[in-house]
Amino acid sequence: MSNEKIQAEKEKYEASVAKAIARFPERPHLPEQRLYTPLDIKGDDYAEEISFPGVFPYTRGVQPTMYRGRFWTMRMYAGFSTAEESNKRYRLLIENGATGLSCAFDLPTQIGYDSDDPISEGEVGKVGVAIDSLADMEKLFDQIDLGKVSTSMTINAPASVLLAMYIAVAEKQGVSPDQLKGTIQNDILKEYAARGTYIFPPRPSMRLITNIFEYCSKNVPKWNTISISGYHIREAGSTAAQEIAFTIADGIAYVEAAIKAGLNVDDFAGRLSFFWNAHNNVLEEVAKFRASRRIWAKIMRDRFHAEKPKSMMLRFHTQTAGSMLTAQQPDNNIVRVALQTAAAVMGGTQSLHTNSRDEALALPSEASVQIALRTQQIVAYESGLADVIDPLAGSYYVEAMTDRIEKEAMEYIKKIDEMGGAVAAIEKGYIQKEIQDSAYKWQMDVESGARTIVGVNKFQVEEEPPKGLLKVDASVGEKQVKKLHEMKAGRDNEAVKAALADLKKACEDENENLMPHILAAVKTYATLGEICNVMRGVFGEYEAHISL
Amino acid sequence: MEKKIRVLVAKPGLDGHDRGAKVIARALRDAGFEVIYTGLRQTPEQIAEAALQEDVNVVAMSILSGAHPHLFPKVVNLLHEKGMKDVLIIGGGVIPEADIPALKEAGIAAVFTPGTNTSDVVDFIKNNVKM
Repeated sequence: MSNEKIQAEKEKYEASVAKAIARFPERPHLPEQRLYTPLDIKGDDYAEEISFPGVFPYTRGVQPTMYRGRFWTMRMYAGFSTAEESNKRYRLLIENGATGLSCAFDLPTQIGYDSDDPISEGEVGKVGVAIDSLADMEKLFDQIDLGKVSTSMTINAPASVLLAMYIAVAEKQGVSPDQLKGTIQNDILKEYAARGTYIFPPRPSMRLITNIFEYCSKNVPKWNTISISGYHIREAGSTAAQEIAFTIADGIAYVEAAIKAGLNVDDFAGRLSFFWNAHNNVLEEVAKFRASRRIWAKIMRDRFHAEKPKSMMLRFHTQTAGSMLTAQQPDNNIVRVALQTAAAVMGGTQSLHTNSRDEALALPSEASVQIALRTQQIVAYESGLADVIDPLAGSYYVEAMTDRIEKEAMEYIKKIDEMGGAVAAIEKGYIQKEIQDSAYKWQMDVESGARTIVGVNKFQVEEEPPKGLLKVDASVGEKQVKKLHEMKAGRDNEAVKAALADLKKACEDENENLMPHILAAVKTYATLGEICNVMRGVFGEYEAHISL
Repeated sequence: MEKKIRVLVAKPGLDGHDRGAKVIARALRDAGFEVIYTGLRQTPEQIAEAALQEDVNVVAMSILSGAHPHLFPKVVNLLHEKGMKDVLIIGGGVIPEADIPALKEAGIAAVFTPGTNTSDVVDFIKNNVKM
């Protein structure tokens, strides 16, 4: 059918429904059109914009085989209490068919404080596992073969220290660094903008990150050196287009910093990875994932002149949206997570964490985690959604929305470029403000009823408080502090002192790569807090920009 | 002119999740209150000191890390030590039902959990603040 004919038919259709549709009350937040046709994607050049999986611009996926080769990595984020407790949970997940590990660290660890620091009181072992030194890391991975498993670590400001500990544990297991597979989050810019576990100011933070890029390209070549994260930006309240726009703007800043530090783009870009949110609107999310791949490929080719295909491929991990889980009627969350999983899979994710039904209430129980993992397995093996590559390509609606999200995101990226890049935009508070505005609008829409959340503002019931929630042992803090003090009494304190003095000197010399010095320090059992305090002394601490 | 209700919105502990705190702060401001937001990572001492300095009527704290059983009562005690016995202290975040009675016992007037309407918080403050 020619476009003219379609246009004519469309007008006929519009005229025929005009009267009928007017009888229904308008629902807010619907796409502009109720129906999409070939006319909405007539501008798309298939070869240029969509193409084939494994082929530029990777709209249809980064690997040629996608899930016809193997499924995504089913990677459940876990960790709480002590290293011993978390080790048990990891081994349980592996027994249940999880194919990768994902470590959650407690907040003192994420912000570079030891468990006996006064500021850590009440927080030790709460949202993740407490790691004070190499001794804890050895227990965390006890009986887990680091040569086989791939491990993702949600660690940012002190990422270099935790990576060094991981390398040191592997060496003790007889596994060399070049065999290690995994990811450190290592994305400080979104910490300033949305997640909050920063330590140092942007400049030294960017140095730490580029030091890691350089060190890993030579020594830990299979390691994903950064997971540039939109997940937390979305959780903080952004829209889908903002999520990928602000994250890709952060990605541009990292690439620029690394090039400025003298690295060749093709030497590190292939190890950059991304982290997206899978939110409730299934089709919009699929379009978002597809648009993000296309945008990054174009930026890497056209702006940074990358030549290796790997440098242009946006590979990503996905987590289902924690902020969309409801405390009300928590079993409904199983359905939400299943739909979010469908979106991530149809969007071509490389790995996936599915949240558990009880996470609006507490850390997940073992039973809930098992349902969440089973959700991925059902989608993989039973649903058919993973049978064909990029199954929604060619949908008039999804293709049009992919174009729309790309356009919206590029407008933001242009604006951020004009402000001087992501670091400047964060320092001005621009990105934070945009996210906050979207978060506030969402909340007001929920309260006015313009947005329906089942069980929260519609279809509510009287409920009993939920049972079987996980409770972290309240004595974990004391236990961890006791272990830390015993470890300190048994180590060679002279060696620790020397390693920390050496690290301080390295910090003061901007041209020195800090990774070897940090690795040497962790091997003496210098603690995370001791190492970070040396860096605090030289680098200072970040002062947040507060605006409402 | 009627004196405006002054509220300190605070994030005790180390967690960086302040979407809720900021939404609440803005909703309270839109409801006509004077709102001061502390920013992240405040110690109980810093929060009590800020409440005193800013002479607030309400302290509204948010924690999502699970540190609430430890940190909320600590802030209450410090506020009372500083003579701020009339200040209305409320809390919110990912807080299991089972923890709420102990928090109330410790002096937290109300605990708001996920799914709360901001207008409920506004109403609670209006009905319970002592000025």
